[in-house]
Amino acid sequence: MRNLWIFINRYNAFFLFIIFFLVGIYLTVKNNSYQRSVTLNSSNEVVGTAYERLNVFKRYLNLGMVNDSLAAENAKLKTSLLALTTIDSAKDVKVVDTVTNQQYTYLAAKVVKNSITLRNNVITINKGELDGLTRGMAVIAPQRGVVGFILDVSAHLATIQSLLHKDAKISVSLKKNNALGSLVWGDGNFDIKKAFIKEVPNHIKINVGDSVLTSGLGAFPAGILVGRVSKANVATNDNFLSAEVNLYTDFSTLQYVYVVKNKFAEEQKILENPVKAK
Amino acid sequence: MNSRVIIVNVIRWFILLFVQIFLLKNMGFYDLSTPFIYVLFLLLLPFGIPNILLYLLAFATGLTLDAFYDTMGVHATACVVLAFVRISFISISLNKDAIDDPEPSLSYMGFQWFSLYAFLCVITHHLVLFFLETFRLTEIGYTLMRCGLSCIFTLLLILLVEFIFYKRTSR
Repeated sequence: MRNLWIFINRYNAFFLFIIFFLVGIYLTVKNNSYQRSVTLNSSNEVVGTAYERLNVFKRYLNLGMVNDSLAAENAKLKTSLLALTTIDSAKDVKVVDTVTNQQYTYLAAKVVKNSITLRNNVITINKGELDGLTRGMAVIAPQRGVVGFILDVSAHLATIQSLLHKDAKISVSLKKNNALGSLVWGDGNFDIKKAFIKEVPNHIKINVGDSVLTSGLGAFPAGILVGRVSKANVATNDNFLSAEVNLYTDFSTLQYVYVVKNKFAEEQKILENPVKAK
Repeated sequence: MNSRVIIVNVIRWFILLFVQIFLLKNMGFYDLSTPFIYVLFLLLLPFGIPNILLYLLAFATGLTLDAFYDTMGVHATACVVLAFVRISFISISLNKDAIDDPEPSLSYMGFQWFSLYAFLCVITHHLVLFFLETFRLTEIGYTLMRCGLSCIFTLLLILLVEFIFYKRTSR
């Protein structure tokens, strides 16, 4: 102990320097906002890099699982490849419209990838930008029922935001009294055959078995059958009515879909948002 | 240490800080060369001063400057570094027992020793000062240039002051 004291005393210049220097640095970093932000940032950088490293290892550990899913996807893609070898001769199908100017045309497309088990499901079809598809177009099922909206388009393919997606919201109406509501999926119910109509005004009476149609307010043409009400009044905590709907669309066996092209979509967009369109 | 030395140093402290804060703070060439003459006070403290007192004086002087420059801690740290360099240089270059001069000034120590002493102290002080102020290494070229030019300016002023108050001794 005595020797230590002698040692410290002998080199007191250095030890005092360390003490005063650290106090000075501490004051600098603590009291100047710029210096403080820099030290904080660099420490964040350290933390960020550490996490990045960790993620690399985690990815490595997951490789087996990823491999399996890729193999499964490969098998599925190969199967659909066999189906694709037949030449797809689907052309724009004209739909007779009562108005002289035909507003909607349908384009058939084949489903090349589908998912129904996720919270947010996305379907891929074999028509893309070259076929005139753009983002936001409505997609319907062949016989009856709605599918979703075009999410992204590439040259030959497009993805559809299926109704089984948290952002999908379709404007619908009840056939008997034209009451409007919006069709959503999820919210505690993950049955792919059921969806909810929400935001129906309180004074409307909904009965089990009522037909639900698209309202024509969104991208969908009016009057496409969506489903049938299976449970009339589902309790919600807002001032609107909700009802459960049995969907006509069977997402698990979806093979072909129709993309609805709205001839006036662009015109409507420009009209409603003159500034944005420019 | 008699009272005369204390009074001289106190007066020197006030004059140098006054000049630094009210005159030299407003001077500078394109933000590149800013003189810090106040370090002369630390350079001219007497040889016999205890280390702890030297560090305390350096720290206090730096903090006073910081208060006026709004750079809390930057000048204080730089002054502490200067004090360390001062102690190291004196203990290396001079035989501690044979020192009979009262203070390390130009008049007592001669031009060669004093200019080297002042240069080493000022350059370390400025390096610490400017790097703490910039606090990043990406602008290292600009910082070094500021540091070098300011160092030249400060050294010129220090030598000027020392020559003005040159006392002819029997050396």
